[in-house]
Amino acid sequence: MSGWEQLSQYVMSGLTTGSIYALAALGFCLIYNATHIVNFAQGDFISLGGLMMYTLLGAAGLPALLALPLAVAVVAGLGVMLEALAIRRAKSRDLTVLIFITVAASALFRGVFKEIWGKQALAVPPLSPDVPLRFLGATLTPQNLWILAITLAAIAVLIYFFNHTLTGRAVRAVAINPKAAALMGIDTRRMVRLSFALAGGLGALAGAIITPITTASYHVGVMMGLKGFAAAVLGGYGNFLGAIVGGLTLGLLESLGAGALSSAYKDVIAFVVLLLVLFIRPRGLLGRGEEARV
Amino acid sequence: MNREGRAFWWQLAALAAAVACAPLMVGNPYHLNVLNVMALNVLVVTGLNLLIGFAGNISLGHAAFYGLGAYISGILTSTHGWDPWLAMLAAACVVALVALLIGIPTLRLAGNYLVMATLGFNLIVTILILQLDEFTGGPSGFSGIPPLKIMGHSLASDQDFYWLAWTTALLGLLLARNLADSRVGRGLRALHDSPVAAAAVGVPTAAYKVQVFVLSAIYASVAGSLYAHYFGIVSPTTFDIFASVELVTMCLVGGMGNLWGGFFGAAFLTPLPLVLHVFEEYKDIFFGGILLLLLIFQPQGLAGLWARVRGARAARAGEGA
Repeated sequence: MSGWEQLSQYVMSGLTTGSIYALAALGFCLIYNATHIVNFAQGDFISLGGLMMYTLLGAAGLPALLALPLAVAVVAGLGVMLEALAIRRAKSRDLTVLIFITVAASALFRGVFKEIWGKQALAVPPLSPDVPLRFLGATLTPQNLWILAITLAAIAVLIYFFNHTLTGRAVRAVAINPKAAALMGIDTRRMVRLSFALAGGLGALAGAIITPITTASYHVGVMMGLKGFAAAVLGGYGNFLGAIVGGLTLGLLESLGAGALSSAYKDVIAFVVLLLVLFIRPRGLLGRGEEARV
Repeated sequence: MNREGRAFWWQLAALAAAVACAPLMVGNPYHLNVLNVMALNVLVVTGLNLLIGFAGNISLGHAAFYGLGAYISGILTSTHGWDPWLAMLAAACVVALVALLIGIPTLRLAGNYLVMATLGFNLIVTILILQLDEFTGGPSGFSGIPPLKIMGHSLASDQDFYWLAWTTALLGLLLARNLADSRVGRGLRALHDSPVAAAAVGVPTAAYKVQVFVLSAIYASVAGSLYAHYFGIVSPTTFDIFASVELVTMCLVGGMGNLWGGFFGAAFLTPLPLVLHVFEEYKDIFFGGILLLLLIFQPQGLAGLWARVRGARAARAGEGA
């Protein structure tokens, strides 16, 4: 394999995983903007997306066109439940308490998934039959292309939603100033709940499209979620464009870093980047300054 | 001394008495082992509690400090033949330095940056322990760590280690109490109530926060070193991110920011999975479920519940009089 082909291969695989990080990072941003909570259950949304695809495609034998929206809907429902049954009911409004409610929910979800689906890795069929494709010297599977296409489609839908629909603009208004939004007659609770649903849906989408490559398991999303979190910080926590840029950058850094150095330390890269960003530029690549000192 | 101060000494004396009597009642060496692990958890969680109570920040990296303490102690004594006490001191110094490096840039920022940084740090430490198997033994763990010795007497037995671990845990509580009463403690309490007011009257808020964070990391490191010399073997999963979550669970279940919260949380949660083996399988559901319910309905934890019960009783007594 020539150097060029190798580079092209690394870039393609970096963009594939980067897409997943970007989807996860968008989920983190949605919930952060609506509530200022870092939602540590985002990774479990990814796991559940993959596990649902395993069950719906494999065991129930549904076609992918039906299984994918169904998986997304189920996980969006879980997101709404997290908000309605836990976050909303919490007696304390202290952010640390609310963040750790999501940490607790994450452990609980993981435990429940383990009881339902067991501990083993589960093979999820790809969205279309696996025939290797050549593209700019890189060898790809159709699933790689699906991942890129579905991620792009999801981003396009989000852009349309947030800029051109009344509800989407209402969600943004709540993010900017909840009080002012409420005074304008926006049902802020509904918008918060919608943000959790969207975050769940995005997580499910990420899980559903990546698990044919990684296999599904009760904890498959944990690491992806944490890297999505690192991507969100890199892009500027809460910034949508930042989440996408951060996700793709992180995916590329990881894949090129693993190629250039050693694949043993691949997983370290994301978190070293996370620490460096927090130390040097905590508002991230595209974030606005929010570095109050007192 | 105020009433609260006197109450603390009575409580500490009661706990010391209970600690002194417990071995007489515990015949089963395995149960003694559980009590020893509990003491180490009390130490780590008390440190964590200082951080959340005084600095208002929480760390998802304390299992990594615990692990660094354990591995540095283990490697220095076993591979390099250091004296265990000296290794323990060296580990604490390294951990303090690492905590300083993480704390200085992140604690001056408002918001939850420390959680993010410590989370990332814990993940890095776990991966390094797994990958640097030449030094750390990798996934199978690091074994052959010698026990601590006092004047030639080895503290390897459950019984001997019990005294060491609980003495350290009680000293940890005492130190935490003194810190609460010190200039730093008062400054940090002011900070907790109103950061702006505290800064305005000249409390060096960022510096105090960093000091408390470093101290809490040292608590974890000392507990980790004790762990390594007690068990003689350390393995990476004991110190991963999920272990950090468990430690925070103990802190929050016990009552965050409450001096006794660390003790309550560790005392309540340590024995359950160890004694009742059913819990091992359902650990995630159990820890997650308990933490979830407590955080939703009783965010002050067990210590808060205790205070509420006593408050209700005092109120009833007051009505009667």
